[in-house]
Amino acid sequence: MSDARNDILGAVKAALKQAGGAGKADTTTVVSASQRLGDPRANLIPARGRLGAKARVDLFIREAEQASATVARVSSLSGVPREVARFLAKNNLPMTLKVAPGIAEPAIPWTRETLLSVDEGRADGSESASVSRAFAGIAETGTLVMLSGSDNPTTLNFLPPTHVVVISASEITGDYEESWSQLREKGQEGRFMPRAVNWITGPSRTADIEQTLLMGAHGPQRLHIVIVDEETPAP
Amino acid sequence: MESTTAAFRENTSKALSDAKLRDALSNLTDGFPARRREAIARLPEFDALRDAARDIKDHVLANLDFYLEAFEARVVEAGGTVHWCRTAAEARTAILRTCKTAGAKTVTKGKSMIGEEIAINEHLEEHGIEPVETDLGEYIIQLRHEPPSHIIAPAIHLSKEQVADTFRDKHRHLSPGRSLDEPRALLDEARGELRRKFIGADVGLTGANMLIAETGSIVLVTNEGNADLTYSLPRVHIVIASLEKIVPTLEDATTILRVLARSATGQEMSVYTTFCTGPKRQDDLDGPDEFHVVLLDNGRTGMLGGEFHEMLRCIRCGACLNHCPVYKAIGGHAYGWVYSGPMGAVLIPGLIGLEEAGHLPNASTLCGKCEDVCPVRIPLPRMLRTWRRRQFERRQTSYPSRAGLRAWSLIARRPWLYRLGADIAVAALAALGRARGRFRWLPLAGGWTQLRDLPAPEEGGTFISRYHLGEHGDGA
Repeated sequence: MSDARNDILGAVKAALKQAGGAGKADTTTVVSASQRLGDPRANLIPARGRLGAKARVDLFIREAEQASATVARVSSLSGVPREVARFLAKNNLPMTLKVAPGIAEPAIPWTRETLLSVDEGRADGSESASVSRAFAGIAETGTLVMLSGSDNPTTLNFLPPTHVVVISASEITGDYEESWSQLREKGQEGRFMPRAVNWITGPSRTADIEQTLLMGAHGPQRLHIVIVDEETPAP
Repeated sequence: MESTTAAFRENTSKALSDAKLRDALSNLTDGFPARRREAIARLPEFDALRDAARDIKDHVLANLDFYLEAFEARVVEAGGTVHWCRTAAEARTAILRTCKTAGAKTVTKGKSMIGEEIAINEHLEEHGIEPVETDLGEYIIQLRHEPPSHIIAPAIHLSKEQVADTFRDKHRHLSPGRSLDEPRALLDEARGELRRKFIGADVGLTGANMLIAETGSIVLVTNEGNADLTYSLPRVHIVIASLEKIVPTLEDATTILRVLARSATGQEMSVYTTFCTGPKRQDDLDGPDEFHVVLLDNGRTGMLGGEFHEMLRCIRCGACLNHCPVYKAIGGHAYGWVYSGPMGAVLIPGLIGLEEAGHLPNASTLCGKCEDVCPVRIPLPRMLRTWRRRQFERRQTSYPSRAGLRAWSLIARRPWLYRLGADIAVAALAALGRARGRFRWLPLAGGWTQLRDLPAPEEGGTFISRYHLGEHGDGA
């Protein structure tokens, strides 16, 4: 296959050289291309998300609800179990949860809510509801940013029909670019991308049959976001 | 995929007489453009973002070799493998080999236009591997053995009754008495069937909306979440993508994502946007053990730097289809191959040859709406004209139309001859048409007068002669 690699790269170089009256493939643009990779810069960012902290959280809530998510606010992490139990009861759902290891006991005191039956780990398709932790929320479109990892398995985002996401109000940023910068800062030796970064904007849906919009195509039918207002360090 | 593009005229006649198809298409084309307008009205920066998206793609194409090598290096660093493939056949071989090495019996699939382009499903089936489409629309058309009729809404041509009939025919293990009257029942049935496939699959095969050179990530955009179950459950994830899907950085991908969903469905952002980087990490609880990227050329390098260079900016949103008067009338299948609408009419001749696809660049009124709505500002009408010019130069058009165009060019380039001819024609038509005021038939205009009458011109000369006589009013 290395023949194919050489052929393709050769064909690309030849085509660009031939077209390159403006020096398209010359060294100056390659330098600027490598600078672009070495020092990634934001392009135009819409003004919509550039708001103070309170307005930013309000915009996040509005946009998430616009995308058919539901949102609740609690004053501290210890209030999360009660809110989750309330949400499940209100929707007449079983009181069983699969929780991301990063927010299992003792990070969140689930056992205080005695009605809940809580298990931690990845999802296998048998669960009725899951709870995971967001890395960031994007006010611009009400989008959650989820990172995969041992503390936050990806399958929890997609397999159970009900997905609850916990996020701290201080983790809600105006735009996506800010969350990329935060992720880069978190990384070590230039390696910062987890196996999967999932942007989630509302519950799963399809309009493939006669353009009729239906929730819960393959992923969750319900997405409930619990915003924690007190300052809590990310797990 | 086998093309029926050469039979475009027959395909079109069939489509135009299909009442169900016409209903389905009116649903589609009323919905998407209206929602797109609403989304754009909410974002004052939309046009500036289109410029930025165009500039990103132009920059990548001008440095494509650099970015491809950078992408490959990052994929390898993350523990993945890149398979370079010149042709559809090489890509099929690479995918089949990877599936066989994994001992795969079932492959779940996310929707991929490149997968359609290389006909990977047929190839896997021939070698005893079951491919399962998981996007609801793709699943339905796979059961019916049909190609997609729209880039982002592949089963848009079907009614819910047709889907119900297909499910009854193919899901024989379910109770024949079940109700499938509502779309919800159809979705629930497909969801149940596909859940079992997801859990049991050995390999997950997806396309990619973008490839990111900075990180070696691949980007997947869906509303259903099917692509996410496709890559996170099986042991092996194979990504199939063409060369031009590459973008430099996460920020560049973000800019393009801001125009993609708004142009496609009018959503602010699609429900699931996923950035996959390499296989499962050491302490991850889920994810694939292997991560393969099949990087396909299949004619792209041939377009690079040429007259169709800008077509490589396309991000496959489908906006040009939704706004095209020709697509709205005939749907996607009439185009006879994987792609359709204005982007298909430009891309298909480039990929399968102008001899086979010569009708497509002519199936356009050149109204320009496609270019108006394109999020990366591809000059589609200009490219359609370029194909037409090439057909003319290669003598691929019919003798009468070539002779007609020659005669027209002879006259149109000589104003005195044009005026003389117009004067005679208008005077003759006015005299002949005086009695009825209209013509039911005219020589050489049978195609036009077959469906409508031509009004006879008033006496008093041509527009130009009247204009010279000062019949243009004040300031008009």
